[in-house]
Amino acid sequence: MSPSFRFSDPVRGKALADAIAILAPPDPFKIVHVCGTHEMTITRNGLRRFLPQTVALLEGPGCPVCVTPARDIDMAIEIARTGAILCTYGDMIRVPGSDLSLDQARSDGCDVRTVLSAADAVEIARGTDREVVFFAVGFETTAPMTAAILLDDPPPNLSVLPSHKRIPPALAALLDLPDHRIGAYLAPGHVSTIIGTVPYEERLDGRRIPVVIGGFEPLDVLYAIALILRQHRDGTPKVENAYPRAVDAEGNPAAQKLLDQVFESADANWRGIGVIPASGLELRAPLRRFDARHRFAIDLPEGVDTIPGCRCPDVLTARAVPSDCPLFATRCTPLSPVGPCMVGSEGACSIWFHYGGERPL
Amino acid sequence: MSPDRNETRISQLHGAGGELAGELLDRLLLPRLGAETSARIGLRHLDDGATIALPEAAEGELVLTTDSHVVKPIFFPGGDIGRLAAAGTINDLAVMGARPIALTLAAIVEEGFPIADLDRIVESFAEALEESGVPVVCGDTKVMPAGDVDGIVLNTTGLGIATPAVSDAGLAVGDRVLLTGSIGDHGMALLAAREEFHLKTRLESDVAPIWPLIAALLRGVVPGAVHAMKDPTRGGLAAALNEMARKSETCIDIEESAIPIHEPVRGLSELLGISPLEVANEGKAIVIVAPDAAAEALRALRAHPLGAEASIVGTVTNEYPKRVILDTEVGGRRFLDMPLGDPVPRIC
Repeated sequence: MSPSFRFSDPVRGKALADAIAILAPPDPFKIVHVCGTHEMTITRNGLRRFLPQTVALLEGPGCPVCVTPARDIDMAIEIARTGAILCTYGDMIRVPGSDLSLDQARSDGCDVRTVLSAADAVEIARGTDREVVFFAVGFETTAPMTAAILLDDPPPNLSVLPSHKRIPPALAALLDLPDHRIGAYLAPGHVSTIIGTVPYEERLDGRRIPVVIGGFEPLDVLYAIALILRQHRDGTPKVENAYPRAVDAEGNPAAQKLLDQVFESADANWRGIGVIPASGLELRAPLRRFDARHRFAIDLPEGVDTIPGCRCPDVLTARAVPSDCPLFATRCTPLSPVGPCMVGSEGACSIWFHYGGERPL
Repeated sequence: MSPDRNETRISQLHGAGGELAGELLDRLLLPRLGAETSARIGLRHLDDGATIALPEAAEGELVLTTDSHVVKPIFFPGGDIGRLAAAGTINDLAVMGARPIALTLAAIVEEGFPIADLDRIVESFAEALEESGVPVVCGDTKVMPAGDVDGIVLNTTGLGIATPAVSDAGLAVGDRVLLTGSIGDHGMALLAAREEFHLKTRLESDVAPIWPLIAALLRGVVPGAVHAMKDPTRGGLAAALNEMARKSETCIDIEESAIPIHEPVRGLSELLGISPLEVANEGKAIVIVAPDAAAEALRALRAHPLGAEASIVGTVTNEYPKRVILDTEVGGRRFLDMPLGDPVPRIC
């Protein structure tokens, strides 16, 4: 039996490393990706070792629970305090809201449950008379699953607290921040399997910045970096697909249809970044009866997104790496996290803490 | 309570020291664990304690270890809590270089626990002991009211004899790092068996008493060539290597591509976002040997069925003292750090 093709094949890795070295830009060049899974691949495989000294590779707003605003967490807690069963993904539970996390609310007696998929919340709702609320976070990858449960005759005691976010508007918004110095985007493969390549072209048209969609294996990431550096060298910035085995221009029309049937675009607050136009998803009017914000009609003040001393906002906007934060691995660890980027398993700080983001040479 | 329920489930009376307790011992424990042993007073005598004959070799050291075992699910692909309890304690002795000579077994059982399940557990405990030729010399059973304990907890204490004992801190720069076999099987099999994932896999735990393998290793190399050993249980390979590096103030440099990992383990690991290097193993050891003994050690391990997949995976250096370096398969390099608690699956 011949050995199966491996996406971490060292011979191919060396070939890509050589290509990256040849394409090394003379001046500092910052590549930003927006996906915790990319950061995981980069860090776990020690891929920063392949980067020329001039190239920096940072995670931007790639962790969905990290960019969930405190106010949404506060809302989830208030809903749970009414006696409803609050279901959400495990990562969300420990992210601090303005005062408390859902985990702390749970120890105060709230019924907060971890689910692995939106469908689990439906199961819970079918088994009880109590109100069940699914706190729906995530990018275009998880949003279709939320849409699917709402289109599949959900039980009347189920509602959704939507806090989904869309990636392309965020990519555009980061380029409007002062001092961003972003030279290129490594765009997320998973999100792109859903949305295709067209939204990047629409959003980033005229920005003259390389945008390369990359997969999640070590060779995928190295290949995408090589393509970015080639575009940069040749002065031909464009949207390029380095993950064609999963992504095509149109994306996944079935998932897009689900999204379109259930959601409409809305401005959304990204923790650490601010309000980004048309970057959120709200339930369309016919489905509003399933919107927990309407069902529970709780009035809340603005949330407190910032945490004294925590540099999550800089990490989420790719203006700092985790080890730039004085709290990193000192006062802030996964066991006693200060900021959201240390809580979410896709947060850059958490990944650096677990998998050694500093590079040994 | 119906008589039928009495027959099939553990009741408070089973722990009360009366007739029912005696019946449990007679029916379940003694037939499997009460065989004649070298102990003058052993389990079969049901005395207040057991005697252990002092071994003839006077230069040996006694090694004592204890461990309480809980596992969910109690029966998992490749084993159960009985096999786990036996292997766990025997392996703790084995990686100290100690031949196990006696074990104790204390069971804390929840009222209502099916007697048939207890029977299966005792049977697999006995089987695992037999594989290493170790007797149980004394034991205890307690029954807790329903809800006060989750099913069953087993505590085992093990006594072994080593000439001399091998610590987990004896690493020296230049030593080679060996694994006795594949990594991640137990932890991933348990994750796969958890109901909420609705997974069907062929993953099996590697749970096994490895004293026979370690004995073969120690016989196969010159005395003193094995500098350190450790079984990578909770926290997996990552935790065990970090502990060894910290204690010995050395750097352990590991070649990722040399670590034996079965394909289904790799697959589930990618699916759940959990590193196979961070989940428990229950039938493996990390072996640190002097550089000139590495080839012999590998040969000795591979010659034994439990060590067929043994591999040399790294070297002890002084590059980053107290740290573990992973040279990744694709050619990258990173620190392999101590995992924090139990890994949880990624959500997105």
